[in-house]
Amino acid sequence: MTAPLVEVHDLAKTFDVSAPWLNRVVERKPRQFVHAVDGVSFGIQRGKTLALVGESGCGKSTVARLLVGLYAPTRGEVRFAGQRTADLAGAELRALRRRMQMIFQDPYASLNPRWKVLQIVGEPLTEHGLVAGEAALRDKVSELLASVGLAAADGEKFPHQFSGGQRQRISIARALATQPEFLVCDEPTSALDVSVQAQVLNIMKDLQKSRGLTYLFISHNLAVVRHVSDEVGVMYLGRLVELADKRELFARPRHPYTRMLLDAIPDIHMTGRARTPVQGEVPNPLNPPSGCAFHPRCLHATARCTSERPVLADIRGVRVACHAVEEGRI
Amino acid sequence: MNMPSPTAAAPSALRRFFDGDVWYSFRNSPVAMLAAVIAFVCVFCAAFAPWVSPHNPFDLASLNLADARLPPAWAEDGQMRYLLGTDDQGRDILSALFYGARISLAVGMASVLLSVVAGVGLGLLAGFAGGKVDAFIMRVCDVMLSFPSILIALLIDGVGRALFPNAHDTLAFGVLIFAIALSGWVQYARTVRGSTMVERNKEYVQAARVIGVAPWRIMFRHVLPNVMGPVLVLATIQVAAAILTEATLSFLGVGVPPTSPSLGTLIRIGNDFLFSGEWWITIFPGVMLVLIALSVNLLGDWLRDALNPRLR
Amino acid sequence: MATAALLEVDHLRVEFPTRRGTLLALDDVSFSIDPGEVLGVVGESGAGKSLTGAAIIGLLEPPGRIAGGQIRLEGQRIDNLPYEKMRAIRGRKIGAIFQDPLTSLNPLYTIGRQLTETIQTHLPVSSEEARRRAIRLLQETGIPAAEQRIDQYPHQFSGGMRQRVVIALALAAEPKLIVADEPTTALDVSIQAQIISLLKRLCKEHGAAVMLVTHDMGVIAETCDRVAVMYAGRIAEIGPVHDVINVPAHPYTVGLMGSIPAMDEERERLAQIEGAMPRLTAIPRGCAFNPRCPRAMERCRQERPELMDAGATRSACWLVQDRKVST
Repeated sequence: MTAPLVEVHDLAKTFDVSAPWLNRVVERKPRQFVHAVDGVSFGIQRGKTLALVGESGCGKSTVARLLVGLYAPTRGEVRFAGQRTADLAGAELRALRRRMQMIFQDPYASLNPRWKVLQIVGEPLTEHGLVAGEAALRDKVSELLASVGLAAADGEKFPHQFSGGQRQRISIARALATQPEFLVCDEPTSALDVSVQAQVLNIMKDLQKSRGLTYLFISHNLAVVRHVSDEVGVMYLGRLVELADKRELFARPRHPYTRMLLDAIPDIHMTGRARTPVQGEVPNPLNPPSGCAFHPRCLHATARCTSERPVLADIRGVRVACHAVEEGRI
Repeated sequence: MNMPSPTAAAPSALRRFFDGDVWYSFRNSPVAMLAAVIAFVCVFCAAFAPWVSPHNPFDLASLNLADARLPPAWAEDGQMRYLLGTDDQGRDILSALFYGARISLAVGMASVLLSVVAGVGLGLLAGFAGGKVDAFIMRVCDVMLSFPSILIALLIDGVGRALFPNAHDTLAFGVLIFAIALSGWVQYARTVRGSTMVERNKEYVQAARVIGVAPWRIMFRHVLPNVMGPVLVLATIQVAAAILTEATLSFLGVGVPPTSPSLGTLIRIGNDFLFSGEWWITIFPGVMLVLIALSVNLLGDWLRDALNPRLR
Repeated sequence: MATAALLEVDHLRVEFPTRRGTLLALDDVSFSIDPGEVLGVVGESGAGKSLTGAAIIGLLEPPGRIAGGQIRLEGQRIDNLPYEKMRAIRGRKIGAIFQDPLTSLNPLYTIGRQLTETIQTHLPVSSEEARRRAIRLLQETGIPAAEQRIDQYPHQFSGGMRQRVVIALALAAEPKLIVADEPTTALDVSIQAQIISLLKRLCKEHGAAVMLVTHDMGVIAETCDRVAVMYAGRIAEIGPVHDVINVPAHPYTVGLMGSIPAMDEERERLAQIEGAMPRLTAIPRGCAFNPRCPRAMERCRQERPELMDAGATRSACWLVQDRKVST
């Protein structure tokens, strides 16, 4: 087995959300922290897609931003092609930036409304000095736009002249400009209509095949995840609770939270699946439950679950963080 | 690809402006058009004062004391040559208005320009850098806001005169412009800081960071164009306020040097003659000042509504 | 049909006069809702489904206005009522649930105050009785410790809880019809499931019909009895929910169902519909879907089809008439 292209070990990010110093002193409030990501480890093989799913506040978007360097990790490390990314600086860091890029969720906020599409898609090229001269820039941008199904003339237009799906394609074109090997996609189709989503997902799959891209795909939509991913990781309150091959996860979900998520998906074709009732809501991240974060909502919780945090361990071919699974109770 | 005629050439910037909502709103607002006309006339006369004025009121050789204290042309004793009358030295009021407006507008616009550059720059820095830099700049703003603007201007002016007692006129102008600018930069800084903090978290800024663009480049090339809208509106209205501040300072005697009287100076000079019945020496500069300030304010109001996407 | 329809929408037209001309946002929309029925209105952005809901509640934002057709509630016309009369009906006979629970509730008042105010505005009850009803409603929507929480402010509730409060508010005056516009879109998927089943159960218990506007076909499948598929301001297909989903007659519905990634099967590529929904300024002649339709005929480009019987559903498509329908 070749080494993964992207590797993450015990990655953690804590945000200080304390009130300003003056307020804390006057009102005697304690410092407050949010452990947005609390010890996550996984690896992504070259050419494959790992999907991270979870509900709001689970930390999947933070993981995405940690990977591309928008946040600095509080703990843990990220390795790209074997190298620790934290060790890189200057020219080496710039070289790394060329190899990994990101696509964002909001098609309306991810493009500068005052720039023309030509400038937007061309920015990575000019920033890294990959083209010489105006004409070469135009040619390269036209090529990129064509690869996502847009016309060369669209380069002269502004973002507000395009629909959501087209803007997302412009984002993809921009991300591909430096010919990266790894793309982090943060809910790229969540804001799009279903038929537009189908177009964008198809483009992404085609590009992956033709360019050998590796994807980290963040989403809350399990049906979409099922369509695009090879491996799936389920996150809850900053921790990975299950990590498995896609088919395995959907056919035989182990962790109680994974089962709850799968049950919560509306059944379009009414196949009459038995559904376990859904309990409660995601707890406040400022005050996470002790031990296993899911225990207040779990039907199988025991005393051990309230005190001891489960570790993501390999249990019969799947990586799960659950005492009940480990003990063979479920 | 459902965009209309992708092969047609994109329209030029000028064409886009005239097709846009801002121009449409302007054409449909009689107040804005009237204000624009008045402001344009005032600015034109002020800018081209030496060519537009019938006389040069500051050319001592051309003054005729015999023509002093003449009332406006439509009153008894008035002359068509001096349309709005003359002052005690025989200076034509109408010409003095144009020359005075020239000074007033020059000082007003220069100080607003300085305010904008300083305020926007500091606001961008505060919003983008955050943390201690932001806290420091905002505390400076708070301190400045607790002083009335006239007091600040008086202070700077006084300090300037004390430091440079034999100052040239240009230095006096510089001090005055600096003083007015200092009293006005805070609101730009605050507005821009707020907008910058909003834009900073938007995904196109994050995308630029992921590409590897340096922070200062992101600040100026990405964020700045998107926060300038409210600044434009503020600056337009501030021009009127700056002119009035300068007029107040000149009225108090601490503004422009007396050899280049602005509208404020003229009002002050004329004030002395108000009770002897020669009302025109002070009233007409006052009317001109009000006209300029009002038209610029109305334009600023219209611009704010026109640029507000929610009201369209 | 023995029972008369609760809501009848007849050839509704909604226009937006703009400086570039008049835009027709809803073009000859007709449907009805029976008492106690749940009708889903599904479509993509720009199809006009939210506008339909807004027109029925009487909350069309000017310059939008109803330019033709009728809306009848229990036989009475409500589209041409003056503001005061409409206000009396809104809340009493029609309840509304919107997408964002954060902005649906006034942050300055306790939820108890908002509930009792709504109850007392429309029903002749004392304030004690109103408070009792409010507590009961909160309990029905599954809010724990309702007697204490009734005096809390909206910001003290989580997103899912707030949406439950909004549902309670909508049901407070015992309306006959509830118009829900994307009630679960802003919520997490596990909360969505809870809210959907709550809405369905409560409306059945209170005897209220529901018009559920959403873009999410899954939600429609779980909640609705019938569904109307909208496209470019018109209804493309309408019928019982199982039939529209499993044996759609209109090519747009077929394409829509094909582009939804399914949980039970795996496909290499999702079926996609080429192009995008036309903008209001450029609606094609004839059938609005014809430029994107894989089975378009010459007639489709010239004449606009009406809703026609296509077996289990009614579909606005010339293929139906020529009996060329096949799935």
